[in-house]
Amino acid sequence: MSHLNHGHIPQAYTAYVSRKTYFVTGLAVLGLVLLVMAISLGAVRIPVDQVLRSLSGMEADHRSQIIIRSIRLPHALAALLAGTGLAAAGTAMQSILRNPLGSPFTLGLSQAGAFGAAFAVMLLGTGTMQSTTVGAVTIANPYLTTLAAFVACMATSLVIIAIARLRGATPEVMVLSGVALGSLFSAGTMFLQYFADDVQLAAMVFWTFGDVGRAGWREVAFMAVTVVLGLAYFIANRWNYNAIDAGDETARSLGVRVERVRMFGMIVASLITAIIVAFLGVIGFVGLICPHIVRRIIGDDHRFVMPAASLTGAVLLLASDTVARLLLAPHVLPVAVLTAFLGAPTFLYLLIRGRWR
Amino acid sequence: MMLEVKDIRVGYNGSGLVLEDLGFTLGAGEILAILGPNGVGKTTLLRCINGMIQPKTGSVMVEGADVFGMSAGRIARRLGYVAQRNDAGRMTTFDAVLLGRKPHMGWKVSHDDLHKVGAALHQLGLEHLALRDIDRMSGGELQKVCIARALVQEPRVLLLDEPTSSLDLKNQLEILGTIRRVVKEHQLAAVMTMHDLNLALRFVDRFLFIRKGKVFASGRPDEISAEMVAAVYGVQVDILRHDGQVVVVPNGRESA
Repeated sequence: MSHLNHGHIPQAYTAYVSRKTYFVTGLAVLGLVLLVMAISLGAVRIPVDQVLRSLSGMEADHRSQIIIRSIRLPHALAALLAGTGLAAAGTAMQSILRNPLGSPFTLGLSQAGAFGAAFAVMLLGTGTMQSTTVGAVTIANPYLTTLAAFVACMATSLVIIAIARLRGATPEVMVLSGVALGSLFSAGTMFLQYFADDVQLAAMVFWTFGDVGRAGWREVAFMAVTVVLGLAYFIANRWNYNAIDAGDETARSLGVRVERVRMFGMIVASLITAIIVAFLGVIGFVGLICPHIVRRIIGDDHRFVMPAASLTGAVLLLASDTVARLLLAPHVLPVAVLTAFLGAPTFLYLLIRGRWR
Repeated sequence: MMLEVKDIRVGYNGSGLVLEDLGFTLGAGEILAILGPNGVGKTTLLRCINGMIQPKTGSVMVEGADVFGMSAGRIARRLGYVAQRNDAGRMTTFDAVLLGRKPHMGWKVSHDDLHKVGAALHQLGLEHLALRDIDRMSGGELQKVCIARALVQEPRVLLLDEPTSSLDLKNQLEILGTIRRVVKEHQLAAVMTMHDLNLALRFVDRFLFIRKGKVFASGRPDEISAEMVAAVYGVQVDILRHDGQVVVVPNGRESA
């Protein structure tokens, strides 16, 4: 017995949903174009047709083939995956913590991950350090390094969740806790650096810069599995996040197990952050800015925000990385420098503009 | 019976009982107002009926099925809940109401889901606001959106926590009128917590006074007495009749 049958679906709504779908599709196309460009551009220019031939598995010029397969493609894929992962983690954290300032970077997860990884490399011997700027640290045991980063990230997440659950934990309190935790782990990393020898110190400093260039195929494979599964998890929870946005109580009345969604969301976000930080270093702002750019354009509906923000992250990091490689060529700027140059002013602009959501 | 609440006892850790042996029944198309002073456990009772709080003892049955034996999803298909506080993000009215289909939804939004949202918007007179973002709405409009959301859950029981608390007079009357119409049309059972006695008596079929966690009195609106109000709120009132309506007017005398 329902009196709700045969309702009218406004034409304008159908058009509105289509527009959002086009927006997401457009971002995906832009991402693919940037991927090809990122592979094509660099110290040695590779013609686009050669890039396309190589990517589609056809015969290409031998030299191009080697550059693409062993340098440019893993490099570009690392940027794409890291951007996707960080932005997806940021989007999810903003919703489940009900805080517009949520992101792996602002809540101290990135710094915690960096500390965990540095701890593993220095004290557990999971990597070797060299005094070269490229590949300052070679990770011999990615499992243990990532595990250490993950443990540190997760510990931070748990503290943040605990604070969020306390009565009266306002967004301000949570962000300040994140700042405190971030500083704590930064200090921990400094502590390690203080006792490091010259080579180790140089290596750790270069390492924490945040650079997608150091990823090889093995790292890319690790990140791909984590980011793809993590993103799939976040997308599967899109309606849960929409419900939590409407208020915890409303979400519960819609059958959402709020505490569980929150806990698992933080675990997945921590895992994604941990693996990216362990392999690439700290890349800030992507996770904070991308969701907000997208929210401003298409609203807060996670059905669209989650894929769109992830794609924006991929686009932003691919573009930043390409520019970072070209700006002072043949020198390569760490991409984190560029995302911060880009991210900080955008962040300030958003703060001044007010209206977050 | 549509809703049967029996011998509910709820206690928060160590601080005694909030609700004690509380019970009532409600038939299809009936609206019950839960009345009582602040902090007496009205919201706790609603949360308990909705399965969000597990009582120490007692049962809540919806059409004969025990709520405490149901999964969260199954509860959401039987009970709709309109919370007192609702946050509004940048989302259109249509999408905000569509969220109410969540307990019924598979991986994709079906045409049926969309049609139901369309029908609910029509019933609540929200059609012209379908594409308006809810963060740019007035309190009354947002409250209607929340009622529409609860309605597309296709529940048998509707629970509303102070549905008129932040609204002006016109919107209070409009929202309660809408709730009454919807409950009668869909033959739901509705429970609302309220503070305004006169509004409650005007729109509900029955009232229930809670005092010290127990049912103090209940009945039809015309059965309310000055003694009940004095005992529950500690305020002396006169009960007047105007145009067939019962009106409660504080008379300014000291409470005994």
